[in-house]
Amino acid sequence: MSNEKAATPRPADEVGVPDHHQYMHPVLEKNHGNWAYHDRPRAGVLRHVSKSGDEIFTVRAGTQRQMDVFTIRKLCDIGDEFADGHIRFTTRSNIEFMMSDEAKVQPLIDKLGEEGFPVGGTGASVSMISHTQGWLHCDIPGTDASGVVKGLMDMLHEEFIQEKMPNRVRITTSCCQINCGGQGDIAVNVQYTKPPKINHDLVANVCERPAVVARCPVAAIRPAMVDGKPTLEIDEKKCVCCGACYPPCPPMQINGDDSTKIAIWVGGKHSNARSKPTFHKLAVANLPNNAPHWPEVNAVVKRIIKAYKKDAKHWERMGEWIERIGWNRFFEMTELAFTKHHLDTWTGARKSMNQSAHIHF
Amino acid sequence: MKDGDHKDGKAKDAEIHPTPMLDQLEDGPWPSFVTGLKRLRDAKGEQYAPMMNDLMGQLNHSYENRKGYWKGGVVSVFGYGGGIIPRYSEVADKFPESKEFHTLRVMPPPGFHYTTEILRKLCDVWEEHGSGLIALHGQSGDIMLQGCTTENTQAAFDAINEMGFDLGGAGPALRTAMSCVGAARCEHSCYDEGKAHRQIINAFLDEMHRPSLPYKFKFKFSGCGNDCVNAIHRADFAVIGTWRDDIKINQEKVKEHIADVGRKYTIDTVVNMCPTRAISLHDDDTMEIDNASCVRCMHCINVMTKALSPGDDKGVSVMIGGKRSLKVGDMMGIMVKPFIKLETQEDFDELEEFAETCIEFFADNALEHERVGETIDRIGLPAFLEAVGVEADPNMVNHPRTSSYVRTDDFDDEAAKWFERKARDAGMTVAGE
Repeated sequence: MSNEKAATPRPADEVGVPDHHQYMHPVLEKNHGNWAYHDRPRAGVLRHVSKSGDEIFTVRAGTQRQMDVFTIRKLCDIGDEFADGHIRFTTRSNIEFMMSDEAKVQPLIDKLGEEGFPVGGTGASVSMISHTQGWLHCDIPGTDASGVVKGLMDMLHEEFIQEKMPNRVRITTSCCQINCGGQGDIAVNVQYTKPPKINHDLVANVCERPAVVARCPVAAIRPAMVDGKPTLEIDEKKCVCCGACYPPCPPMQINGDDSTKIAIWVGGKHSNARSKPTFHKLAVANLPNNAPHWPEVNAVVKRIIKAYKKDAKHWERMGEWIERIGWNRFFEMTELAFTKHHLDTWTGARKSMNQSAHIHF
Repeated sequence: MKDGDHKDGKAKDAEIHPTPMLDQLEDGPWPSFVTGLKRLRDAKGEQYAPMMNDLMGQLNHSYENRKGYWKGGVVSVFGYGGGIIPRYSEVADKFPESKEFHTLRVMPPPGFHYTTEILRKLCDVWEEHGSGLIALHGQSGDIMLQGCTTENTQAAFDAINEMGFDLGGAGPALRTAMSCVGAARCEHSCYDEGKAHRQIINAFLDEMHRPSLPYKFKFKFSGCGNDCVNAIHRADFAVIGTWRDDIKINQEKVKEHIADVGRKYTIDTVVNMCPTRAISLHDDDTMEIDNASCVRCMHCINVMTKALSPGDDKGVSVMIGGKRSLKVGDMMGIMVKPFIKLETQEDFDELEEFAETCIEFFADNALEHERVGETIDRIGLPAFLEAVGVEADPNMVNHPRTSSYVRTDDFDDEAAKWFERKARDAGMTVAGE
C-alpha cells in the first residue's frame, strides 16, 4: 500500500453477519417458520408445503465448490431464468434453486444437465463431499482436496443423481490429520507415516520453540542444540506422526513424497436421528497419495459403498449398519484387513474395546 | 465443461504453464474446478489471468511432487487483526505472479441465501481486485475469496464491506458461524436460526475482528437434532433446536403412510428404529408415542414428514466443546443447557447472555491454544458448570459416574439444592398456568 493510501484509510464498517431476509426467496420469506411438511417428487427435487398452502419446489445440484466467477455467473443466469433471481447453498456446497411454479422444475433440470451440473444429493443419495483446501491454498496439506473430490464424485456420480442407498451417505476428505473435513460415513484423510524431518538451520529463526514443544500431543519434542544452534529434536519412538508441530514450525517438514499416505475411516455421523452422533473409525491406512486420480483410494471407497448398499437396511447409516453386522463382517465384505493398528491406543481407548462376551461369527 | 469456447481468449501458448496432471481432472461427469481455473487463466485482458496461470503452474507442480508450497504470514485490513488468510508461495521464483495468494474470509448470510444480484456484485469485485476464484463455502461457512495480493487486500475488503459484507474469523478469535436453512424452508425448524446466528455473532464482533482469545471459538446453529450444519462435532457452542411438549401426530396421515408403504415396512423403519422404543403402532394403524421416553432424535419425523412433526413448546439445547483433532483428538459437544425457550426477544437475549458468559470463561481460563472442550476436560465439568452458573442435570450424562474416587461430604447440601430446584420448577410451572 502506498503512503498516500495509508494516510487516509477507510475505517471498516463492522456490519457483521448480513441480514439474510433481504436475499431470501419471497415464498420462503412469506412462509418463514410456517412450513407444514415436505416430500421428494424425484431425486434432487424437494417440495415443501406451507401451512398457508403455498408450495415451493427446490432443485438441488452439485457444484465444484471452488468456483470461477464465470461458473457463478452461469448459475446466476439459471437462477434468473428459473428461480426468480434467488439461490442458496447447502452445507455441502450444493446449489439450490427455489420456485413456486412446478412447471419450471423439469426445464430447470434439463438446463442444469446441459450446463454440466448434476441434479441430486437429496435423501438416500451420496451427496457432495465436504472437503478442505489442499494444495490449492492450505499451508500444511498432505494432499489436494478438490482433486480427490473430483475423482471420487466422478466415480460416485450415479449415486448422487439417484436415491438408491440405504440412507444418506456423507463423505468427507481432509488433507492432514487435523481433519478439517470433519466426520463422515466415509472419511478420506491424509495419514502421515514418518516423523517430521527437521531443518535445524531454520528452527531457531522461524519457530517459537516452547510453543512447538507444547503443541505435541505425545510430548515427543524437546529443545536441543545442533551444531551450536538452538533447535528442536524428536523422540521418534514416541512420535505418532500427526503433523501438529508442522503449522507452528514449518522447518519440521511432515510431508514426504512417499511417506504421506491416505487412510479411510467409516461410520461417522453428525445427525442425532436414531443413534447418537458418532466419530468415524479406521477402516484402512497406508493407501498411496496417488494424484491426480487416487485410484487406490477410489477403489476402496467403491467397495465400502457397494457393501453398504447391498447389505444395509433402509435408514441405517454406515455406522449403524456396521454396528448391526459386526466389524468382522465389515472387514470381510469390504475385503480389508483388520490389524493391530485398528486397536485404539489413545486416551479413552478402553471404551472402544469389547468388554463383553458378545461376539460375531 | 471443457474450455473449448475460450480458446480465442488464451494468452500466447508459450506463456501458459503446461498442466498435464490437472488436465486429467477435466473429464468425467462432475463439474471440474480445473476447467474453472483455466477459464480464469485464459480470460484475455483480465488483471488476474497471469496470476491464475502461475497458480495453475504451482498447483500442477504440487501434483507432481506431492507437496504444498504455501506459507502463512501476516496480512490484515485497517482496524482488523483477522479475517485474511495470508499465503505466500515458496516457489515464487518459478511462479512469480501468484507469489501472494491471500484469502479473504467473508461471513455469509445465515442459511446461505443469496440473490443473483448480490452474487454478481461479489464476482465483479473479485474480478477487479482478486483472482476470480471463490469457494462457496469453506468448512467454517465462510465465503472464501481466494487469491489476492497484499496490495489489493484493502481495496477488495472496502468494496465488499460497502456491499454489506464483513470479514469472518481467523486465528485465536471468534469464528464465522453457520446455520441451516431452518425456518426459511424446513418444517423441522424449532427456532429462528438466522436470528440467533446474527444476534450472537454480531454481539461479539470485537472478539472476531481483533483476535485476543486463547484459541478459536465457534458457534453453529441447527434447527433440530438432524444437525445439518454439524454443530455437535464442529462447534465450541452448538445451538440445536428441540421441543418440550409432545410430538404432533396426524393419525389420518399415519394411516395414509402405512397404506402407501406397508405395515411391515413402517414397523421396520419407524417403530423398530426408535432409539428409546417409544413408538407403538395400534391394530387400527394409529400411532402412539410415549413422549416422556422420546429423546427428540428426529428419526420418525424424518420418515413420516406429513404425519409427525415437532411439538409447539420449542427452544434450543446448547452443547459445549466440539472440535476437530488438534491436539487431543476429536471431541463432540457436551449437553450443557438441555432447554432454553427461544421465542421472544428476552429469550434470545438470555441465549446471548449465556454465550457471553461462556466466551468470558474461555478467555479467562483456557490455556493458550486450548479449545473450550479441552478446558472442560482439564478442569472437570462441575467446575465449568459452576463458572458459567449452570446446575448439574441428568441430561448432561449417558450415565452417572462409575468411579468411587470422589469426595462427597457435601452430598446432602447438593441434594437439598436439587430438591429445592425441583420444587421451584414445579411452582413456576403452576404459576405460569
